[in-house]
Amino acid sequence: MSEVTVRVQVVRRDHLRRRLLFFGGLAGVLILAAFFSSSLCPYDPYEQNLAIAKAAPSAEHWLGTDRYGRDMLSRVIAGSFTSIFSTLLLVGFITVFGSLIGIFCAWSGKWIDTLIMRLADMFLAFPGLVFALAVAAVLGGGVHNAIFALAAISWPKYARLARSQMLAQQELPYMQAAKMAGCTPLRLICRHVVPNIAGPLLVTAMLDIGTMMMELAGLSFLGLGAKPPIPEWGSMMSDTRNLLATQPWVTLAPGFAIFLSVMIFNLLGDTVRDWLDPKNRR
Amino acid sequence: MDYALKRFLQLIPILLGITFLSFLLMYMAGSDAVTELYTNRGIEVAQEVIDARREELGLNRPFFEQYLHWLWSLLHGDMGVSYVTGEAVFAAFLRKLPATLLLTVLSVVLTVVISLPCGIAAAVQRDKTVDSVLRFVSFIGNAMPNFFVAMLLMQFLGIQLGVLPVISGGMDVKSAVMPTLTLAIAMSAKYLRQVRSAVLEELGKDYVQGAMARGVSDRIILWKNVMKASLLTIMTLLALSIGSLLGGTAIIESIFMWDGVGKMAVDAINMRDYPVIQMYVMWMAIIYVFVNLVTDLLYHRLDPRIRLGVSRQ
Repeated sequence: MSEVTVRVQVVRRDHLRRRLLFFGGLAGVLILAAFFSSSLCPYDPYEQNLAIAKAAPSAEHWLGTDRYGRDMLSRVIAGSFTSIFSTLLLVGFITVFGSLIGIFCAWSGKWIDTLIMRLADMFLAFPGLVFALAVAAVLGGGVHNAIFALAAISWPKYARLARSQMLAQQELPYMQAAKMAGCTPLRLICRHVVPNIAGPLLVTAMLDIGTMMMELAGLSFLGLGAKPPIPEWGSMMSDTRNLLATQPWVTLAPGFAIFLSVMIFNLLGDTVRDWLDPKNRR
Repeated sequence: MDYALKRFLQLIPILLGITFLSFLLMYMAGSDAVTELYTNRGIEVAQEVIDARREELGLNRPFFEQYLHWLWSLLHGDMGVSYVTGEAVFAAFLRKLPATLLLTVLSVVLTVVISLPCGIAAAVQRDKTVDSVLRFVSFIGNAMPNFFVAMLLMQFLGIQLGVLPVISGGMDVKSAVMPTLTLAIAMSAKYLRQVRSAVLEELGKDYVQGAMARGVSDRIILWKNVMKASLLTIMTLLALSIGSLLGGTAIIESIFMWDGVGKMAVDAINMRDYPVIQMYVMWMAIIYVFVNLVTDLLYHRLDPRIRLGVSRQ
């Protein structure tokens, strides 16, 4: 192992900063584009025109049209709204909700802690998507229910992480000092604990965005998420599945959109992780 | 053996939890056997008949009593019948399980075959071309949802090259290739990175430097010492990944029409056949829990540091 000099650290840090700006910028553009997707579409994503159904890519319709003659490019762009915002909503929700439960468990201790952690173990006993599949099935599909189903299986991860972080913090002198200074529990948690444990939680959340996007799309693919005609990448792929042999671009375009978005969010997540890694601190 | 016994006892609350959650799911569905039997089949029946039938099946008793009743019949091998076919769900599950297990085992084997050598190569050639290329490939693989991989494979292998059937025609070798490949590609991408970091971690340890200083050849260090030590980590990761594999098979099986439990569950979801879904969820969880248990016990047997209670640090 070579010795890491200060000079090397500075270079690494600068390199990391550029990467962070670049991928952060890309993710920002993606989110903005999703937000304004309805005005970015060249055509109405819902408008059917059977006269031009199943058209090949052309100057007017870059990605061709589907079997109802809807412009695929517009549908892929419009699909970004549902796909990206439902993912961000899901990740945001489980991060906040899971962390609050974890902090609460560590703070209250005793039987409440044991009870909730055993409950978390129960959820973790189910293999990944299997439980989400069943929850979504019971609730009967729809984007909201797909989000709920995935939230139901993902909160224990955050609860455990936040709990272990909180337990470690509780041992530190600053917590005792704050307590002795008469800090109320709420203030203690909000002002002192949360900033200290936010790092690992943020990294986990960032790295989860890609996975969650793929899982949400997977549920939609099975008909358990967004329902047609609402454009959503997963359901669009399953919708146009039988066109694969004749018009592969129609089926594969939403897949590429998922792939690109997941890649951007994964790259950003990796960069944020490296950025917050103490080894890269100056 | 003491440890094994302890682990078995720890399993009891988890299994109870699994059954409870599975029952709760069904209860939440708000649809029971009586409703499905009469109302949803379009048969007009007097309310009294429905009430009598509900009374007979115990569906108007309190939730907890129903759960205990359900658990009791579960332990006696009665796991309910499908709303659609009227067949006992457990028998249907058992009939389709081998296909899913075959797919799972094949893709785990393929994953190991792909990612183990690649991961080791990436670790040994750290930061060189091989490493960069492999990391890039695994990065691409990681960002592709498995149904997208399935579609790409169908397009290239099935339609353009025409070497493989697009839709499975039963449990033969040709039909198994594409679903296995799809599952293995997604897993290998994730797994390659984990193998790489596990091997790198071992390579960084003091004993490796010690062996090098004593003039032990690189090959012997890598294959005899490092591999032996990192195999344990690799095994655990593989066992954990079986969880995501079990969930992943549902989508892949229904895309390729592979007649396993995953496809059965997806079909059941479309037909609101809740007893089948319940059985699927419960048994998948039980299989997963047991796979984890076996891994744990193996780990315990193979690693003397854990067996003798020495801390891993």
